[in-house]
Amino acid sequence: MAQTPHIAVIGGGSTGIGIARDLAMRGLDVTLVEQGNLTHGTTGRMHGLLHSGGRYAVSDQASATECIEENRVLRDIASHCVEMTGGLFVKRPEDDEEYFQQKLEGCKECGIPAEVVSGEEARAMEPHLAKDVEKAISVPDGAIDPFRLVVANAASAEEHGARIETHSKVTDLIIEDGEVVGLEVEHASGSGKRIHGREGGTEEIRADYVVNATGAWAGRIGDMAGVDIAVRPSKGVMTIMNIRQVDTVINRCRPKGDADIVVPHETTAILGTTDEEVEDPEDYPEEGWEVDMMIDTLKELVPMLDEARTIRSFWGVRPLYEPPDVGSDDPTDITRDYFLLDHDERDDLQGMTSIVGGKFTTYRMMGEEISDHVCEKFGIEAECRTADEPLPGSEDFSVLRDYMDEFGLRSPIGRRSVERLGSRADEVLKTSDPNPTVCACEGVTRAEVQDAISQSGSDLNAVRIRTRASMGNCQGGFCCNRLASELHGEYSEDIAREAWDELLQERWKGQRHALWGEQLSQAALNYALHATTQNRDRDPADGEPIDFAAFDTGVEAGSASGTADVAADGGRRDGN
Amino acid sequence: MAINSDVLVIGGGLAGLTSALKAAREGADVRLVSYKQSSLRHASGLVDLLGYTPDGEGPVTDPYAAMADLHDAHPYQTVGVETVRESMSMFDEVTDYRGDHTDTNALVPTHGGTVKPTARYPTGAAAGLASDDRDVLLVGIEAMVDFDAPHAAAHLEAAGVPFDVRGETIKFPGDLQADAKITRYAKLLDNNGEVAVRGRKKGARDALAERVNTVRENEARVGFPAILGDAHTDGVRAALEEKIGADVFEVPMGPPSLPGLRLEDALFEALDESGASFETGNPVVDFDADGDTIETVYIEKNGARIPNSADQYVLATGGLVGKGIESDRESVKEPVFDCHIEHGEDRYDWFDGDVFGDHAFASFGVETDETLRPLTADDAVEFENLRAAGSVLGGYDFAAEKSGSGVSIATGYVAGENAAAEAR
Repeated sequence: MAQTPHIAVIGGGSTGIGIARDLAMRGLDVTLVEQGNLTHGTTGRMHGLLHSGGRYAVSDQASATECIEENRVLRDIASHCVEMTGGLFVKRPEDDEEYFQQKLEGCKECGIPAEVVSGEEARAMEPHLAKDVEKAISVPDGAIDPFRLVVANAASAEEHGARIETHSKVTDLIIEDGEVVGLEVEHASGSGKRIHGREGGTEEIRADYVVNATGAWAGRIGDMAGVDIAVRPSKGVMTIMNIRQVDTVINRCRPKGDADIVVPHETTAILGTTDEEVEDPEDYPEEGWEVDMMIDTLKELVPMLDEARTIRSFWGVRPLYEPPDVGSDDPTDITRDYFLLDHDERDDLQGMTSIVGGKFTTYRMMGEEISDHVCEKFGIEAECRTADEPLPGSEDFSVLRDYMDEFGLRSPIGRRSVERLGSRADEVLKTSDPNPTVCACEGVTRAEVQDAISQSGSDLNAVRIRTRASMGNCQGGFCCNRLASELHGEYSEDIAREAWDELLQERWKGQRHALWGEQLSQAALNYALHATTQNRDRDPADGEPIDFAAFDTGVEAGSASGTADVAADGGRRDGN
Repeated sequence: MAINSDVLVIGGGLAGLTSALKAAREGADVRLVSYKQSSLRHASGLVDLLGYTPDGEGPVTDPYAAMADLHDAHPYQTVGVETVRESMSMFDEVTDYRGDHTDTNALVPTHGGTVKPTARYPTGAAAGLASDDRDVLLVGIEAMVDFDAPHAAAHLEAAGVPFDVRGETIKFPGDLQADAKITRYAKLLDNNGEVAVRGRKKGARDALAERVNTVRENEARVGFPAILGDAHTDGVRAALEEKIGADVFEVPMGPPSLPGLRLEDALFEALDESGASFETGNPVVDFDADGDTIETVYIEKNGARIPNSADQYVLATGGLVGKGIESDRESVKEPVFDCHIEHGEDRYDWFDGDVFGDHAFASFGVETDETLRPLTADDAVEFENLRAAGSVLGGYDFAAEKSGSGVSIATGYVAGENAAAEAR
């Protein structure tokens, strides 16, 4: 082909962003649109497990084999997003011995390195494991940061010329003569980096091909073209603890069940999960009993969870898909495999393919397969390089550095920063300006926050997913105002205030499933700090004008004549 | 053999200190025990009486007038408006605060750039009142993330303050680490410690004033984050005022808050002078009662249980923030004497989905009779010789009302007075 085809990718989760990076690296023109922030959908709501495949070694060996392959790839290309914690499949006395043996065999059949360890050995690794745990199988599970991984993929895609648009919702597909030829998109704000409060607009994005990578939302895009994509969204709850009770991924070794995994993730541990079909991926019940079940079931493996502090819970929706002829009743029976639906072959609709099902660990492989598929459509022979080229941040880096000497940062903060930034640490942290810590819980410095702002604009939730600022114990109580101040200067005060309110509310809402004990005390403190000292609940900038002259002007005020005629719009007076 | 006193106050925050001080002034033999750092270090150091009504009306100009309309269960109604005035007189007597020349609330700018209504403010904040119409320069320090002067200035402007306000960020003189604690700044100014500026040695106060003079235009008032000294804050401010040629004030900050800690120091000093004894750092872990009379409480100290006996007890352990009220997945408790705390069965009813919504937890606490004795679920007195004061009391949302300090002072005062009267 003479000209480069333009591909529109819908969906800014791991699958879409993986596709965007792959196609961009192969030299195609790519535009990716996402309705919220990157990872807004399923990707931002996973348990952070880098699968060894062990979980599927009995029930779904095809998925298990793909997992172990990609596990090895991601350790290599995304090393700054991965912590190789190792994992254990733990057997309690009441768990089935036969299944334990099947798990061990299954791992071997799928090429997953697996070894049996005794209860004593398992407790030597993880002292908080229950005393009656009999034995375990060790596998190479790990922890992975989905936000960091997606942001790194986006950065790489942009380096290769892709255009990434967040807060841009597809309102319609443009169809001409039985072919999808583009998208209608509504930008929540101006094009490029998001700016709150600026008028958005609609845009028509013409494309030579459209890839629908919207996961649980795929059916909606299908509806716009009159094709049926029967994704079966299935929800799962995840409960975040305030510390790492374990440093290894702990799985319960039984066929399937709710609340059977603990994943150590950064400064936290994440308990998961459930598997329950829902009608609508954006509107489903999130209930306290699910949280109680996580704690009350997983304390059988790690007893101290019973009294431990949780900082929030969240729910994610799996985009499960099965071919129409299978018809499973129970979502736990639906395969974790992924499917390419070529709408030309399937529905006589040219110009679009949907990718459904699959899982985070195999995101890159899915991207490769659909990129091959798209390239084939255009007769382009270009090699996939995503498994060989490290993501930005993962090119040869070591966290063992002299943080004080190099960056002027104390060791714990320097270490956490470098772990997050990977090989970008020097470009971000080497600054001649003072670099104080903005978020103490997660050790995020001003330089890292400013770097995130330069990538993501005025949206503090986008800054949050890039840095982890406000994601620690205090859930933003101490740093929301500081983050808003970091915005100010580049952005005006009203934009900073709106972003501040948005982050404060987002952090508050996510704690609703954790408000008892220490976390309720913390929430009460956060509420007090923001409402009492900062008077943010009655911020005069948001409310009615105040008659300042009616209040105490002090005893020795210089010229306290008082001006009762405050501008009604709360605006500035003349004379600046 | 137990340690004996007439009155034992449990808790070392504003309510506990006020109550111990009042009881001691009434002639009782008083002992105060406290466990954790009090929440004063989290507090701005401003002393609020009532800034907004429970319905959200405000800012209130006259807090005493607004108190009269509060609902019956509010602690201010329990003690009575006149008693609130009385308690504030005692507070004014033992501290160096301003605002007592009028019943009218002051509006004070705080570190995020809003103004908040308050009844008393430290001398160091006096020149910063928002109703004073002289122009203001706010000065921020590069490495201090909790106070961004240009941001705060823009925010104040958006609030419609009756003066021109500008923010400038400067580098603090001397070679402090970016993560230096605020006490480091305060000490350097306290001692006018030597700092090197372009190779020349100077006192920190002089060096700071010189930097401000390079950015000040002609504003009559200059506001700094609340780091202007700890032991000699008046001296630091006077020196800066002289060298800058403008009024200088401190902007109240978030934790750790020097003005809050200074207030704590002043009250402990007054308590010491009143002859009361106090001991900090050890929790009350158990108690003995004979029927509805508390006989002894046990303090855990280095692993041992030390009995403390008193005739009368005051519970001033704080609310959810200070851990005087605790909760688990099922219930809300007062952990020392297991006093009844009214709360919804379902923990999801304890809060609102909106960060500044109508939170039930904000009013969690013990209900009392008119003498501040906690009541059981069926309105009987829990213990005849126990009174409660401060945030452990229920029935009011101090954060929304801006009433925390006032309720602590007023109820502490009454609990101390009643305890002393009973003990004689």
